[in-house]
Amino acid sequence: MFSPLERQWLLEEMGEGPPSRYMEVCGTHTVAIARSGLKKVLPPTVRLISGPGCPVCVTDQQDIDTAIALAHEKGVLLATFGDMARVPGTNGSLAQAKAEGADVRILYSPFEALRLANENPGREAVFLSVGFETTAPLIAAVVKEAARLERRNLSFLILHKLLPPVMKALLGDLPAMAGSDPSLPATRGRPSLDGFLMPGHVCAILGVEPFRFLGERYRLPGVVAGFEADDILLALWMLQRQRRQGRAEMEIAYRRAVREEGNRTAQHLMEEVFQPVEACWRGIGTVPHSGLALRQAYSAYDARIRFPLQVEPAPDPPGCACGEVLRGLLSPPQCPLFGRACTPQSPVGPCMVSSEGSCAASYRYERICR
Amino acid sequence: MSAIARGNLIARGSESSTVTLAHGGGGRLTQQLIEERFLPRFRNATLDALLDSALISAHGRLAFTTDGFVVRPIFFPGGDIGRLAVCGVVNDLASVGAEPLWLAASFILEEGLPFDQLDRVLDSMAATAREAGIVLVAGDTKVVERGAGDHIYIVTSAIGEPRLDPPPQPRLIRPGDAVLVSGFLGDHGIAVLQAREHFFDELPVVSDCAPLWPLVRGLAEAGVIPHALRDPTRGGLATVIAELSSACGLAFSLDEDTIPVRGPVQAACEILGLDPLYLANEGKLVVVLPEASAEQALETLRSCPLGRDACRIGVVLEDTSGLALLRSRIGGTRILESLSGEQLPRIC
Repeated sequence: MFSPLERQWLLEEMGEGPPSRYMEVCGTHTVAIARSGLKKVLPPTVRLISGPGCPVCVTDQQDIDTAIALAHEKGVLLATFGDMARVPGTNGSLAQAKAEGADVRILYSPFEALRLANENPGREAVFLSVGFETTAPLIAAVVKEAARLERRNLSFLILHKLLPPVMKALLGDLPAMAGSDPSLPATRGRPSLDGFLMPGHVCAILGVEPFRFLGERYRLPGVVAGFEADDILLALWMLQRQRRQGRAEMEIAYRRAVREEGNRTAQHLMEEVFQPVEACWRGIGTVPHSGLALRQAYSAYDARIRFPLQVEPAPDPPGCACGEVLRGLLSPPQCPLFGRACTPQSPVGPCMVSSEGSCAASYRYERICR
Repeated sequence: MSAIARGNLIARGSESSTVTLAHGGGGRLTQQLIEERFLPRFRNATLDALLDSALISAHGRLAFTTDGFVVRPIFFPGGDIGRLAVCGVVNDLASVGAEPLWLAASFILEEGLPFDQLDRVLDSMAATAREAGIVLVAGDTKVVERGAGDHIYIVTSAIGEPRLDPPPQPRLIRPGDAVLVSGFLGDHGIAVLQAREHFFDELPVVSDCAPLWPLVRGLAEAGVIPHALRDPTRGGLATVIAELSSACGLAFSLDEDTIPVRGPVQAACEILGLDPLYLANEGKLVVVLPEASAEQALETLRSCPLGRDACRIGVVLEDTSGLALLRSRIGGTRILESLSGEQLPRIC
């Protein structure tokens, strides 16, 4: 923790740096920034933009529809984390499916899925898994355990996403996405950015190596940040310092959790169980090698193979600018639905549903800052 | 039902160590259940009369409230569903400045509930009622089939007499009023979550479940007239402040640094992604009152064991936006919204 004097010094130093726009790509950062009111104390030269950092938000509508269809399959018990239940699909959400009689269970830990399968031998337990690299090793451990125990009535609908590929896609010129509303401003192009506030949790697993391309290819600095307001302040100050000194490197302001090389054990676990595949991101579109799927050796636990459901591709809800918000092209209040048709009580897009969604964070904590 | 069948049922029921459907039949077993387990614990002249309705005397204005309790698990560190069922309504009365007097309770028992668990709940209820000075004068029991309930549900209603004039309510709140809280926040929510999910090997957090009337009586006796009182249960402090500010149309400003949250509660929240300001409390009081009497109120609260850690957490602003604002440690400001959806299922 910094003293008020130290904080003031950091803020003044940052203010003397060049005008900069930094993107955070972690939902926990988005919430920490909104909750601490950080944007209000930052000097006007430093602006923060939210990127595709909320795993619930980037989950494609078609994938949600698949999960809902699975939940309605006879004998299926669908387990997932809390936020997923409320994300609207084309026709309702998992929470609505539950109210209509589907067996949807909310878990705190993926290991509970093993217990559920064990306690319900006559049922098919399916674990719907979303997240980035942070949670993937944990899911890998559960899949391995399921295989070791030969838990035949458990399978996994893996919707995990990988951060480095989508950051690359974000910085390249993405084509306008199918389903994007052309009447909205800025549906194409890439966000103008001067650096990244790097996600502390993802980097604790991956290390910083997979992100060096940011500096080498795009001349963009990155600083790995922790999750206290002061952690983020320090990282932003380091970003400004890099810019002032004309550097574009990967630095770590979160040494208490992140090592350069990351967590090798977790990386090996991920590699053993998963392989990178093309994945569809809501509002961003299809990005090569940006998702995870179970390897051949674990295909018996792949829900997509066990339940070959055909679900139609689904357009995003009309008017919803979640895609543009996720790509940092629009700030949440710039979406025409924000705070009117779309609120946390009755969300239209996923960014308003998830507690880590940038729209929900902006609505909950920052409305007066507009 | 034939005499033999009835005899079997009764014989089986009376030997049983658990609640059976027959205990809800309204016949001899129901009577036995009430006479053996309920009446001895709550003994008083009004109840013992066993009339269809309790006859009570009152004069003037009364405060009347009701609440249902479905907490899972029914026992948790620092309390149980019985204590909760008394505190819940007593604290509703206390929040309008009313002294708790009479209590009614309905019990929905699930077939198979072990009698020793029922006894523990009733013992705890009786002890809490004595502690709060409230008398149980009416009650009912029903039994539902196994699977149709979850151990035990309790619905309580309570009547009290207002001791503060005017009774505290949001429309009395004025700009410049001080906002106090009687102690550490979030203990109950985390204690129940830990009892249910066992996330941590050990967690030194117990529910704060307690009747708040002694605190309010203390304020009344000290001549303090609060503008508003609330017990921040489901939805926590944030929801209560958001509701108060919206009800009176004035903005509240809280100082994050001054809001008391225990270290283990803060740590558990960080790990689980919860916000302590939205966690339930069952023995805390939020007091909004004129700045001039704030110091005296703090002193009064702190002189009572329940209010030992009372402190000042904010102020009511001139601003008529009706928003609840929180100043963060780094000097930023954010809005406190009412809880939307649920942060934790079935905590009370």
